[in-house]
Amino acid sequence: MTRFAPLAAAALLALAPAVLGNYGIGLLTECLIFAIFAMSLDLLIGYTGLLSFGHAAFFGLSAYAVVTLNVHLGVNGWLGLGAGIVLSTMFAVLVGAVSIRVSGIAFLMVTLAFAQLVFSAALKWRDVTGGTDGLGGLVRPRLFGSSLDNRVTMFYLAFACLVASVWALRRLVAAPLGSVFIGIKENAARMHALGYKVQRFRLLSFTIAGAFAGLAGGLYGLFNGYISTDALNWSVSGDVVIMVILGGAGTIVGPAIGAAIFLVMKDVVSSWTDHWMFLIGAVFIACVMVLPQGVWGAVLQVTGRRR
Amino acid sequence: MHFLITQVLNGLVSGMILFLTAAGLSLIFGLMNVVNVAHGSFFMLGAFVGLSVQQFTGSFWAALLLAPLPALLLGAVMERVFIRPLYRRGHLDQVLLTFGFTFVFVDAVRWLWGSGISSVSVPPVLDGIVRLGGIVVPKYRLFLIFVGLLLALVLWLVIERTRLGAMVRASVDDAPTAEGMGINVPLLQSSVFAAGVGIAALGGAVAAPIIGVYTGMDIEILIPAFIVVVIGGMGSLSGAFFGSVFVGLADTLGRSYLPGLSLFLVYVVMIVVLLTRPAGLFVARRS
Repeated sequence: MTRFAPLAAAALLALAPAVLGNYGIGLLTECLIFAIFAMSLDLLIGYTGLLSFGHAAFFGLSAYAVVTLNVHLGVNGWLGLGAGIVLSTMFAVLVGAVSIRVSGIAFLMVTLAFAQLVFSAALKWRDVTGGTDGLGGLVRPRLFGSSLDNRVTMFYLAFACLVASVWALRRLVAAPLGSVFIGIKENAARMHALGYKVQRFRLLSFTIAGAFAGLAGGLYGLFNGYISTDALNWSVSGDVVIMVILGGAGTIVGPAIGAAIFLVMKDVVSSWTDHWMFLIGAVFIACVMVLPQGVWGAVLQVTGRRR
Repeated sequence: MHFLITQVLNGLVSGMILFLTAAGLSLIFGLMNVVNVAHGSFFMLGAFVGLSVQQFTGSFWAALLLAPLPALLLGAVMERVFIRPLYRRGHLDQVLLTFGFTFVFVDAVRWLWGSGISSVSVPPVLDGIVRLGGIVVPKYRLFLIFVGLLLALVLWLVIERTRLGAMVRASVDDAPTAEGMGINVPLLQSSVFAAGVGIAALGGAVAAPIIGVYTGMDIEILIPAFIVVVIGGMGSLSGAFFGSVFVGLADTLGRSYLPGLSLFLVYVVMIVVLLTRPAGLFVARRS
Protein backbone atom coordinates (compact mmCIF):
# COMPACT_ATOMS: atom_id res chain seq x y z
CA MET A 1 0.00 0.00 0.00
CA THR A 2 2.60 2.54 1.12
CA ARG A 3 4.73 1.64 -1.86
CA PHE A 4 2.10 3.02 -4.19
CA ALA A 5 1.35 6.09 -2.11
CA PRO A 6 3.92 8.34 -3.86
CA LEU A 7 2.63 7.22 -7.27
CA ALA A 8 -0.94 7.87 -6.22
CA ALA A 9 -0.02 11.32 -4.91
CA ALA A 10 1.81 12.16 -8.14
CA ALA A 11 -1.11 10.93 -10.24
CA LEU A 12 -3.56 12.96 -8.20
CA LEU A 13 -1.39 16.06 -8.62
CA ALA A 14 -1.06 15.42 -12.37
CA LEU A 15 -4.84 15.34 -12.71
CA ALA A 16 -5.35 18.52 -10.68
CA PRO A 17 -5.50 20.94 -13.68
CA ALA A 18 -8.59 19.06 -14.91
CA VAL A 19 -10.61 20.18 -11.89
CA LEU A 20 -8.95 23.48 -10.98
CA GLY A 21 -9.66 26.86 -12.52
CA ASN A 22 -7.00 29.15 -13.95
CA TYR A 23 -6.35 30.72 -10.56
CA GLY A 24 -6.06 27.39 -8.80
CA ILE A 25 -3.60 26.11 -11.39
CA GLY A 26 -1.48 29.23 -10.95
CA LEU A 27 -1.40 28.81 -7.16
CA LEU A 28 -0.58 25.13 -7.46
CA THR A 29 2.24 25.88 -9.92
CA GLU A 30 3.69 28.35 -7.45
CA CYS A 31 3.47 25.65 -4.76
CA LEU A 32 5.39 23.21 -6.98
CA ILE A 33 8.13 25.77 -7.70
CA PHE A 34 8.55 26.68 -4.04
CA ALA A 35 8.46 22.98 -3.18
CA ILE A 36 11.65 22.53 -5.23
CA PHE A 37 13.13 25.60 -3.55
CA ALA A 38 12.27 24.30 -0.06
CA MET A 39 13.62 20.82 -0.81
CA SER A 40 16.92 22.32 -1.92
CA LEU A 41 17.23 24.09 1.42
CA ASP A 42 16.32 20.88 3.24
CA LEU A 43 19.53 19.36 1.92
CA LEU A 44 21.35 22.02 3.97
CA ILE A 45 19.14 22.27 7.07
CA GLY A 46 17.84 18.73 7.36
CA TYR A 47 20.77 16.71 6.09
CA THR A 48 24.00 18.67 6.42
CA GLY A 49 23.05 20.74 9.47
CA LEU A 50 23.68 24.14 7.90
CA LEU A 51 21.01 26.76 8.64
CA SER A 52 21.31 29.12 5.70
CA PHE A 53 19.43 32.38 5.93
CA GLY A 54 20.38 33.54 2.46
CA HIS A 55 18.94 30.90 0.21
CA ALA A 56 16.88 33.49 -1.71
CA ALA A 57 20.12 34.65 -3.36
CA PHE A 58 20.35 31.51 -5.52
CA PHE A 59 16.64 31.52 -6.26
CA GLY A 60 16.58 35.21 -7.17
CA LEU A 61 19.82 35.15 -9.15
CA SER A 62 18.47 32.46 -11.46
CA ALA A 63 15.07 34.16 -11.82
CA TYR A 64 16.87 37.39 -12.73
CA ALA A 65 19.03 35.54 -15.25
CA VAL A 66 15.96 34.15 -17.06
CA VAL A 67 14.10 37.47 -17.22
CA THR A 68 16.97 39.90 -17.88
CA LEU A 69 18.63 37.71 -20.54
CA ASN A 70 15.33 37.41 -22.37
CA VAL A 71 14.16 41.01 -22.05
CA HIS A 72 17.48 42.72 -22.78
CA LEU A 73 19.17 40.27 -25.12
CA GLY A 74 16.30 38.20 -26.46
CA VAL A 75 17.81 34.99 -25.12
CA ASN A 76 15.39 32.06 -25.29
CA GLY A 77 13.82 31.16 -21.94
CA TRP A 78 15.16 27.60 -21.94
CA LEU A 79 18.68 28.86 -22.46
CA GLY A 80 18.01 31.42 -19.75
CA LEU A 81 16.89 28.66 -17.39
CA GLY A 82 20.12 26.77 -18.08
CA ALA A 83 22.16 29.93 -17.60
CA GLY A 84 20.31 30.67 -14.36
CA ILE A 85 21.04 27.25 -12.92
CA VAL A 86 24.72 27.49 -13.91
CA LEU A 87 24.96 30.98 -12.44
CA SER A 88 23.34 29.94 -9.15
CA THR A 89 25.54 26.87 -8.92
CA MET A 90 28.69 28.88 -9.49
CA PHE A 91 27.62 31.51 -7.00
CA ALA A 92 26.86 28.73 -4.51
CA VAL A 93 30.42 27.46 -4.88
CA LEU A 94 31.71 30.94 -4.08
CA VAL A 95 29.37 31.66 -1.16
CA GLY A 96 29.73 28.12 0.16
CA ALA A 97 33.52 28.19 0.06
CA VAL A 98 33.51 31.33 2.19
CA SER A 99 30.66 30.63 4.58
CA ILE A 100 31.38 27.02 5.56
CA ARG A 101 34.51 28.30 7.27
CA VAL A 102 32.22 29.34 10.13
CA SER A 103 29.30 27.49 11.68
CA GLY A 104 26.11 28.00 13.65
CA ILE A 105 24.96 31.59 14.04
CA ALA A 106 27.97 32.96 12.18
CA PHE A 107 27.10 30.76 9.19
CA LEU A 108 23.56 32.10 9.29
CA MET A 109 24.85 35.67 9.32
CA VAL A 110 27.38 35.20 6.51
CA THR A 111 24.80 33.60 4.21
CA LEU A 112 22.37 36.40 5.07
CA ALA A 113 25.07 38.98 4.31
CA PHE A 114 25.81 37.45 0.91
CA ALA A 115 22.12 37.40 0.06
CA GLN A 116 21.87 41.05 1.10
CA LEU A 117 24.83 41.85 -1.15
CA VAL A 118 23.00 40.32 -4.12
CA PHE A 119 19.85 42.16 -3.06
CA SER A 120 21.72 45.48 -2.92
CA ALA A 121 23.31 44.80 -6.29
CA ALA A 122 19.89 44.18 -7.87
CA LEU A 123 18.60 47.33 -6.17
CA LYS A 124 21.44 49.53 -7.46
CA TRP A 125 21.93 48.10 -10.96
CA ARG A 126 18.71 49.68 -12.17
CA ASP A 127 19.61 49.72 -15.88
CA VAL A 128 19.55 45.97 -15.98
CA THR A 129 17.28 44.91 -13.13
CA GLY A 130 14.77 47.75 -12.98
CA GLY A 131 15.47 48.09 -9.24
CA THR A 132 12.40 47.97 -7.02
CA ASP A 133 10.08 48.56 -10.00
CA GLY A 134 11.25 45.28 -11.42
CA LEU A 135 11.51 44.10 -14.98
CA GLY A 136 8.68 42.55 -16.98
CA GLY A 137 7.91 41.59 -20.54
CA LEU A 138 9.43 38.12 -20.68
CA VAL A 139 8.53 36.23 -23.86
CA ARG A 140 7.90 32.71 -22.65
CA PRO A 141 9.36 29.83 -24.67
CA ARG A 142 7.37 26.91 -26.06
CA LEU A 143 7.22 23.36 -24.76
CA PHE A 144 6.19 20.64 -27.24
CA GLY A 145 4.48 23.21 -29.40
CA SER A 146 2.52 24.79 -26.56
CA SER A 147 3.62 28.15 -25.18
CA LEU A 148 4.34 28.42 -21.46
CA ASP A 149 1.86 31.31 -21.56
CA ASN A 150 -0.64 28.51 -21.23
CA ARG A 151 -1.08 27.95 -17.49
CA VAL A 152 -1.58 24.23 -17.89
CA THR A 153 1.67 23.83 -19.85
CA MET A 154 3.52 25.83 -17.21
CA PHE A 155 1.97 23.63 -14.53
CA TYR A 156 3.20 20.44 -16.18
CA LEU A 157 6.68 21.87 -16.62
CA ALA A 158 6.85 22.67 -12.89
CA PHE A 159 5.30 19.29 -12.09
CA ALA A 160 7.90 17.43 -14.17
CA CYS A 161 10.72 19.41 -12.54
CA LEU A 162 9.34 18.67 -9.06
CA VAL A 163 9.03 14.95 -9.73
CA ALA A 164 12.56 14.86 -11.13
CA SER A 165 13.87 16.85 -8.14
CA VAL A 166 12.14 14.63 -5.58
CA TRP A 167 13.52 11.56 -7.33
CA ALA A 168 17.05 12.98 -7.59
CA LEU A 169 17.20 14.30 -4.03
CA ARG A 170 15.76 11.13 -2.51
CA ARG A 171 18.30 9.08 -4.45
CA LEU A 172 21.01 11.44 -3.26
CA VAL A 173 20.17 11.23 0.44
CA ALA A 174 19.70 7.45 0.27
CA ALA A 175 23.10 7.08 -1.38
CA PRO A 176 26.36 6.86 0.59
CA LEU A 177 26.85 10.57 -0.09
CA GLY A 178 23.61 11.30 1.80
CA SER A 179 24.86 9.28 4.74
CA VAL A 180 28.02 11.37 4.79
CA PHE A 181 25.92 14.56 4.88
CA ILE A 182 23.82 13.20 7.75
CA GLY A 183 26.98 12.11 9.53
CA ILE A 184 28.32 15.66 9.27
CA LYS A 185 25.09 17.02 10.69
CA GLU A 186 25.09 14.59 13.61
CA ASN A 187 28.77 14.73 14.50
CA ALA A 188 31.19 16.59 12.26
CA ALA A 189 34.18 15.89 14.50
CA ARG A 190 33.64 12.15 14.31
CA MET A 191 33.24 12.27 10.53
CA HIS A 192 36.51 14.14 10.38
CA ALA A 193 38.15 11.52 12.56
CA LEU A 194 36.80 8.83 10.24
CA GLY A 195 38.79 10.46 7.47
CA TYR A 196 36.06 12.34 5.62
CA LYS A 197 36.98 15.75 4.27
CA VAL A 198 34.09 17.42 6.08
CA GLN A 199 34.54 20.85 4.50
CA ARG A 200 34.52 19.43 0.97
CA PHE A 201 31.28 17.61 1.63
CA ARG A 202 29.73 20.71 3.17
CA LEU A 203 30.69 22.67 0.07
CA LEU A 204 29.29 19.95 -2.16
CA SER A 205 26.00 19.99 -0.26
CA PHE A 206 25.85 23.77 -0.44
CA THR A 207 26.53 23.69 -4.19
CA ILE A 208 23.88 21.06 -4.93
CA ALA A 209 21.38 23.03 -2.84
CA GLY A 210 22.28 26.17 -4.80
CA ALA A 211 21.75 24.34 -8.10
CA PHE A 212 18.27 23.16 -7.14
CA ALA A 213 17.40 26.61 -5.78
CA GLY A 214 18.53 27.91 -9.18
CA LEU A 215 16.18 25.49 -10.92
CA ALA A 216 13.30 26.71 -8.76
CA GLY A 217 14.23 30.36 -9.33
CA GLY A 218 14.49 29.91 -13.10
CA LEU A 219 11.08 28.28 -13.19
CA TYR A 220 9.74 31.13 -11.10
CA GLY A 221 11.09 33.61 -13.65
CA LEU A 222 9.39 31.71 -16.48
CA PHE A 223 6.18 31.40 -14.47
CA ASN A 224 5.98 35.04 -13.41
CA GLY A 225 7.41 36.64 -16.55
CA TYR A 226 8.43 39.46 -14.24
CA ILE A 227 11.10 39.91 -11.63
CA SER A 228 11.74 42.50 -8.92
CA THR A 229 13.99 42.79 -5.90
CA ASP A 230 11.17 41.20 -3.88
CA ALA A 231 12.46 37.81 -5.07
CA LEU A 232 15.80 38.53 -3.38
CA ASN A 233 14.39 40.01 -0.21
CA TRP A 234 15.66 38.49 3.03
CA SER A 235 12.05 37.61 3.85
CA VAL A 236 12.05 35.09 0.97
CA SER A 237 14.97 33.36 2.68
CA GLY A 238 12.94 33.44 5.89
CA ASP A 239 9.79 32.10 4.24
CA VAL A 240 11.61 29.13 2.78
CA VAL A 241 13.13 28.30 6.18
CA ILE A 242 9.59 28.28 7.58
CA MET A 243 8.46 25.96 4.77
CA VAL A 244 11.26 23.49 5.56
CA ILE A 245 10.63 23.43 9.31
CA LEU A 246 6.85 23.37 8.97
CA GLY A 247 6.94 20.42 6.58
CA GLY A 248 9.71 18.58 8.39
CA ALA A 249 13.45 19.07 7.94
CA GLY A 250 15.38 16.02 6.83
CA THR A 251 12.56 14.35 4.95
CA ILE A 252 12.82 15.91 1.41
CA VAL A 253 9.07 15.43 0.81
CA GLY A 254 8.18 17.29 4.02
CA PRO A 255 9.52 20.69 2.91
CA ALA A 256 7.61 20.32 -0.37
CA ILE A 257 4.44 19.82 1.69
CA GLY A 258 5.52 22.71 3.94
CA ALA A 259 5.77 24.96 0.88
CA ALA A 260 2.24 24.03 -0.16
CA ILE A 261 0.87 24.55 3.36
CA PHE A 262 2.60 27.93 3.59
CA LEU A 263 1.44 29.25 0.21
CA VAL A 264 -2.10 27.89 0.38
CA MET A 265 -2.50 29.18 3.93
CA LYS A 266 -1.20 32.59 2.86
CA ASP A 267 -3.62 32.61 -0.09
CA VAL A 268 -6.66 31.43 1.85
CA VAL A 269 -6.09 33.46 5.00
CA SER A 270 -5.27 36.67 3.19
CA SER A 271 -8.58 36.41 1.33
CA TRP A 272 -10.58 36.84 4.54
CA THR A 273 -8.21 38.80 6.78
CA ASP A 274 -5.18 41.04 6.38
CA HIS A 275 -3.54 39.34 9.30
CA TRP A 276 -2.17 36.20 7.73
CA MET A 277 1.30 36.99 9.08
CA PHE A 278 0.02 36.69 12.63
CA LEU A 279 -1.38 33.29 11.86
CA ILE A 280 1.65 31.97 10.01
CA GLY A 281 3.85 33.27 12.84
CA ALA A 282 1.69 31.58 15.48
CA VAL A 283 1.54 28.32 13.53
CA PHE A 284 5.29 28.39 13.08
CA ILE A 285 5.91 29.08 16.78
CA ALA A 286 3.62 26.19 17.70
CA CYS A 287 5.45 23.98 15.23
CA VAL A 288 8.88 24.80 16.67
CA MET A 289 7.60 24.30 20.23
CA VAL A 290 5.57 21.10 19.98
CA LEU A 291 6.20 19.63 16.53
CA PRO A 292 9.90 20.18 15.80
CA GLN A 293 9.92 17.23 13.42
CA GLY A 294 7.38 19.01 11.22
CA VAL A 295 4.11 17.86 9.72
CA TRP A 296 5.57 15.19 7.45
CA GLY A 297 8.08 14.13 10.10
CA ALA A 298 5.16 13.49 12.46
CA VAL A 299 3.32 11.49 9.80
CA LEU A 300 6.41 9.34 9.25
CA GLN A 301 6.73 8.84 13.01
CA VAL A 302 3.11 7.79 13.39
CA THR A 303 3.22 5.40 10.45
CA GLY A 304 6.50 4.07 11.81
CA ARG A 305 8.53 4.53 8.66
CA ARG A 306 12.15 5.51 8.55
CA ARG A 307 12.93 8.67 6.69
CA MET B 1 35.34 70.00 6.85
CA HIS B 2 32.06 71.13 8.39
CA PHE B 3 30.32 68.57 6.25
CA LEU B 4 32.57 65.83 7.56
CA ILE B 5 31.98 66.81 11.19
CA THR B 6 28.24 66.90 10.61
CA GLN B 7 28.38 63.46 9.05
CA VAL B 8 30.46 62.12 11.92
CA LEU B 9 27.85 63.46 14.36
CA ASN B 10 25.08 61.83 12.34
CA GLY B 11 27.07 58.61 12.32
CA LEU B 12 27.36 58.79 16.11
CA VAL B 13 23.61 59.32 16.39
CA SER B 14 22.81 56.26 14.32
CA GLY B 15 25.50 54.39 16.24
CA MET B 16 23.80 55.24 19.54
CA ILE B 17 20.41 54.13 18.19
CA LEU B 18 22.06 50.88 17.16
CA PHE B 19 23.70 50.49 20.54
CA LEU B 20 20.37 50.70 22.35
CA THR B 21 19.25 47.64 20.39
CA ALA B 22 22.54 45.79 20.16
CA ALA B 23 23.32 46.05 23.88
CA GLY B 24 20.36 43.86 24.87
CA LEU B 25 20.87 41.53 21.94
CA SER B 26 24.46 40.96 22.97
CA LEU B 27 23.76 40.55 26.70
CA ILE B 28 20.92 38.11 26.05
CA PHE B 29 23.20 36.06 23.87
CA GLY B 30 26.02 36.22 26.39
CA LEU B 31 23.93 35.15 29.34
CA MET B 32 21.50 32.72 27.76
CA ASN B 33 23.01 31.73 24.46
CA VAL B 34 19.73 32.90 22.97
CA VAL B 35 19.82 34.60 19.61
CA ASN B 36 16.78 36.82 19.82
CA VAL B 37 15.68 37.51 16.25
CA ALA B 38 12.60 39.26 17.66
CA HIS B 39 14.77 41.95 19.25
CA GLY B 40 13.99 44.47 16.53
CA SER B 41 10.30 43.86 17.15
CA PHE B 42 10.66 45.19 20.69
CA PHE B 43 12.41 48.27 19.30
CA MET B 44 9.38 48.79 17.06
CA LEU B 45 6.95 48.09 19.90
CA GLY B 46 8.68 50.71 22.07
CA ALA B 47 8.39 53.30 19.32
CA PHE B 48 4.67 52.66 18.85
CA VAL B 49 3.89 52.60 22.58
CA GLY B 50 5.86 55.83 22.98
CA LEU B 51 3.87 57.36 20.13
CA SER B 52 0.56 56.47 21.76
CA VAL B 53 1.62 57.65 25.21
CA GLN B 54 2.73 60.97 23.75
CA GLN B 55 -0.53 61.38 21.85
CA PHE B 56 -2.49 60.56 24.98
CA THR B 57 -0.58 62.53 27.60
CA GLY B 58 1.15 65.07 25.39
CA SER B 59 4.37 64.42 27.25
CA PHE B 60 7.50 63.16 25.54
CA TRP B 61 9.06 62.27 28.88
CA ALA B 62 6.09 60.16 29.89
CA ALA B 63 6.46 58.37 26.56
CA LEU B 64 10.14 57.59 27.26
CA LEU B 65 9.27 56.40 30.74
CA LEU B 66 6.35 54.17 29.78
CA ALA B 67 7.55 52.84 26.40
CA PRO B 68 9.72 50.04 27.86
CA LEU B 69 7.00 48.68 30.17
CA PRO B 70 4.97 46.55 27.71
CA ALA B 71 8.23 45.22 26.27
CA LEU B 72 9.50 44.31 29.75
CA LEU B 73 6.31 42.44 30.46
CA LEU B 74 6.07 40.70 27.10
CA GLY B 75 9.76 39.86 27.21
CA ALA B 76 9.43 38.20 30.61
CA VAL B 77 6.43 36.18 29.43
CA MET B 78 8.12 35.23 26.17
CA GLU B 79 11.23 34.02 27.97
CA ARG B 80 9.29 32.03 30.57
CA VAL B 81 6.70 30.43 28.33
CA PHE B 82 8.41 29.99 25.00
CA ILE B 83 12.17 30.26 25.16
CA ARG B 84 12.81 28.39 28.41
CA PRO B 85 11.55 25.01 27.15
CA LEU B 86 13.97 25.36 24.24
CA TYR B 87 17.19 25.94 26.18
CA ARG B 88 18.18 22.32 25.78
CA ARG B 89 17.69 22.35 22.05
CA GLY B 90 20.38 24.80 20.99
CA HIS B 91 20.73 28.03 19.08
CA LEU B 92 19.01 27.24 15.87
CA ASP B 93 15.66 26.34 17.37
CA GLN B 94 15.68 29.62 19.29
CA VAL B 95 16.44 31.46 16.07
CA LEU B 96 13.46 29.78 14.47
CA LEU B 97 11.19 30.42 17.45
CA THR B 98 12.02 34.11 17.77
CA PHE B 99 11.83 34.44 13.99
CA GLY B 100 8.21 33.25 14.26
CA PHE B 101 7.65 35.99 16.83
CA THR B 102 8.76 38.70 14.38
CA PHE B 103 5.74 37.78 12.22
CA VAL B 104 3.38 37.86 15.18
CA PHE B 105 4.71 41.18 16.47
CA VAL B 106 4.69 43.03 13.17
CA ASP B 107 1.15 41.93 12.48
CA ALA B 108 -0.06 42.73 16.00
CA VAL B 109 1.43 46.22 15.70
CA ARG B 110 -0.22 46.71 12.31
CA TRP B 111 -3.47 45.56 13.88
CA LEU B 112 -3.29 47.97 16.79
CA TRP B 113 -1.76 51.02 15.12
CA GLY B 114 -2.27 50.60 11.38
CA SER B 115 0.53 50.53 8.84
CA GLY B 116 1.11 54.23 8.17
CA ILE B 117 4.20 56.20 9.06
CA SER B 118 3.86 58.51 12.05
CA SER B 119 6.23 61.17 13.21
CA VAL B 120 6.93 62.10 16.80
CA SER B 121 7.68 65.67 17.80
CA VAL B 122 10.48 66.45 20.22
CA PRO B 123 9.74 68.33 23.47
CA PRO B 124 10.23 72.12 23.29
CA VAL B 125 13.34 72.03 25.44
CA LEU B 126 15.10 69.80 22.92
CA ASP B 127 13.70 71.52 19.86
CA GLY B 128 15.93 73.74 17.80
CA ILE B 129 19.63 73.83 17.19
CA VAL B 130 22.88 74.68 18.87
CA ARG B 131 25.96 76.06 17.17
CA LEU B 132 29.22 74.33 17.95
CA GLY B 133 31.98 76.43 16.42
CA GLY B 134 30.05 77.22 13.28
CA ILE B 135 28.49 73.80 12.95
CA VAL B 136 24.75 73.62 13.28
CA VAL B 137 23.59 70.66 15.32
CA PRO B 138 19.97 69.85 16.18
CA LYS B 139 19.64 69.67 19.96
CA TYR B 140 17.77 66.40 19.81
CA ARG B 141 20.68 64.65 18.11
CA LEU B 142 23.00 65.73 20.89
CA PHE B 143 20.43 64.49 23.39
CA LEU B 144 20.37 61.10 21.66
CA ILE B 145 24.14 60.80 21.78
CA PHE B 146 23.94 61.70 25.47
CA VAL B 147 21.29 59.04 26.11
CA GLY B 148 23.40 56.39 24.36
CA LEU B 149 26.52 57.30 26.32
CA LEU B 150 24.59 57.45 29.58
CA LEU B 151 23.07 54.04 28.99
CA ALA B 152 26.46 52.58 28.12
CA LEU B 153 27.86 54.01 31.36
CA VAL B 154 24.96 52.77 33.48
CA LEU B 155 25.10 49.28 31.97
CA TRP B 156 28.84 49.15 32.47
CA LEU B 157 28.53 50.25 36.10
CA VAL B 158 25.76 47.74 36.79
CA ILE B 159 27.60 44.86 35.20
CA GLU B 160 31.11 45.62 36.43
CA ARG B 161 30.50 47.33 39.76
CA THR B 162 27.43 45.85 41.43
CA ARG B 163 26.61 42.60 43.12
CA LEU B 164 23.87 41.98 40.58
CA GLY B 165 26.38 42.50 37.77
CA ALA B 166 28.79 40.09 39.39
CA MET B 167 26.02 37.50 39.48
CA VAL B 168 25.28 38.10 35.82
CA ARG B 169 28.96 37.81 34.91
CA ALA B 170 29.29 34.62 36.94
CA SER B 171 26.31 33.09 35.16
CA VAL B 172 27.68 34.09 31.76
CA ASP B 173 31.00 32.43 32.51
CA ASP B 174 29.68 29.24 34.04
CA ALA B 175 25.96 28.88 34.72
CA PRO B 176 26.03 25.49 36.52
CA THR B 177 28.72 26.64 38.95
CA ALA B 178 26.95 29.94 39.52
CA GLU B 179 23.79 27.99 40.30
CA GLY B 180 25.76 25.83 42.70
CA MET B 181 26.91 28.97 44.49
CA GLY B 182 23.28 29.82 45.20
CA ILE B 183 22.60 32.23 42.36
CA ASN B 184 19.09 31.94 40.96
CA VAL B 185 20.18 31.66 37.34
CA PRO B 186 16.72 31.13 35.79
CA LEU B 187 15.42 34.29 37.48
CA LEU B 188 18.51 36.15 36.34
CA GLN B 189 17.96 34.97 32.78
CA SER B 190 14.35 36.12 32.74
CA SER B 191 15.40 39.47 34.16
CA VAL B 192 18.20 40.02 31.67
CA PHE B 193 15.95 39.04 28.78
CA ALA B 194 13.22 41.45 29.95
CA ALA B 195 15.74 44.21 30.61
CA GLY B 196 17.40 43.67 27.23
CA VAL B 197 14.19 43.96 25.25
CA GLY B 198 13.10 46.83 27.52
CA ILE B 199 16.21 48.78 26.55
CA ALA B 200 15.47 48.06 22.89
CA ALA B 201 11.95 49.45 23.40
CA LEU B 202 13.41 52.56 25.03
CA GLY B 203 15.68 52.82 22.01
CA GLY B 204 12.69 52.73 19.70
CA ALA B 205 10.91 55.46 21.64
CA VAL B 206 13.96 57.72 21.84
CA ALA B 207 14.84 57.18 18.16
CA ALA B 208 11.27 57.84 16.98
CA PRO B 209 11.62 61.63 16.49
CA ILE B 210 14.55 61.00 14.13
CA ILE B 211 13.61 57.88 12.19
CA GLY B 212 9.80 57.96 12.53
CA VAL B 213 7.43 55.21 13.62
CA TYR B 214 6.38 52.56 11.12
CA THR B 215 6.02 48.80 10.74
CA GLY B 216 9.18 47.56 9.10
CA MET B 217 11.46 49.50 11.46
CA ASP B 218 11.90 46.20 13.29
CA ILE B 219 13.88 44.61 10.48
CA GLU B 220 15.63 47.83 9.58
CA ILE B 221 17.21 47.95 13.04
CA LEU B 222 17.57 44.18 13.48
CA ILE B 223 19.93 43.45 10.62
CA PRO B 224 22.45 46.22 11.44
CA ALA B 225 22.15 45.37 15.15
CA PHE B 226 23.04 41.78 14.32
CA ILE B 227 25.99 42.99 12.29
CA VAL B 228 27.10 45.06 15.28
CA VAL B 229 26.90 42.11 17.61
CA VAL B 230 28.74 39.88 15.17
CA ILE B 231 31.49 42.44 14.61
CA GLY B 232 31.70 43.39 18.27
CA GLY B 233 31.56 39.87 19.60
CA MET B 234 28.48 38.10 20.95
CA GLY B 235 27.98 38.71 24.65
CA SER B 236 30.33 41.65 24.95
CA LEU B 237 28.93 45.00 26.10
CA SER B 238 31.99 47.00 25.06
CA GLY B 239 31.94 45.13 21.76
CA ALA B 240 28.35 46.17 21.22
CA PHE B 241 29.26 49.77 21.99
CA PHE B 242 32.29 50.07 19.73
CA GLY B 243 30.65 47.91 17.09
CA SER B 244 27.62 50.24 17.06
CA VAL B 245 29.77 53.35 16.72
CA PHE B 246 31.76 51.66 13.96
CA VAL B 247 28.73 50.49 11.96
CA GLY B 248 26.92 53.81 12.52
CA LEU B 249 29.91 55.78 11.22
CA ALA B 250 30.68 53.39 8.37
CA ASP B 251 27.09 53.45 7.18
CA THR B 252 26.62 57.23 7.45
CA LEU B 253 29.98 58.15 5.94
CA GLY B 254 29.53 55.48 3.29
CA ARG B 255 26.20 57.00 2.31
CA SER B 256 27.68 60.46 1.80
CA TYR B 257 31.08 59.61 0.31
CA LEU B 258 30.45 56.35 -1.52
CA PRO B 259 26.78 56.45 -2.44
CA GLY B 260 25.88 53.23 -4.16
CA LEU B 261 28.40 51.31 -2.11
CA SER B 262 27.15 52.10 1.38
CA LEU B 263 25.01 48.99 1.58
CA PHE B 264 27.86 46.80 0.38
CA LEU B 265 30.38 48.29 2.76
CA VAL B 266 28.77 47.12 5.99
CA TYR B 267 28.05 43.62 4.73
CA VAL B 268 31.53 43.18 3.35
CA VAL B 269 33.02 44.34 6.64
CA MET B 270 30.90 41.79 8.45
CA ILE B 271 31.88 38.93 6.17
CA VAL B 272 35.56 39.79 6.50
CA VAL B 273 35.33 40.07 10.29
CA LEU B 274 33.46 36.78 10.59
CA LEU B 275 36.06 35.02 8.54
CA THR B 276 39.14 36.51 10.13
CA ARG B 277 38.02 37.09 13.72
CA PRO B 278 34.98 34.85 14.20
CA ALA B 279 34.78 35.75 17.89
CA GLY B 280 34.46 39.46 17.07
CA LEU B 281 36.80 42.44 16.91
CA PHE B 282 36.22 43.59 20.46
CA VAL B 283 35.98 40.31 22.28
CA ALA B 284 34.99 40.29 25.92
CA ARG B 285 37.91 39.55 28.15
CA ARG B 286 37.77 36.08 29.55
CA SER B 287 39.54 34.66 32.52
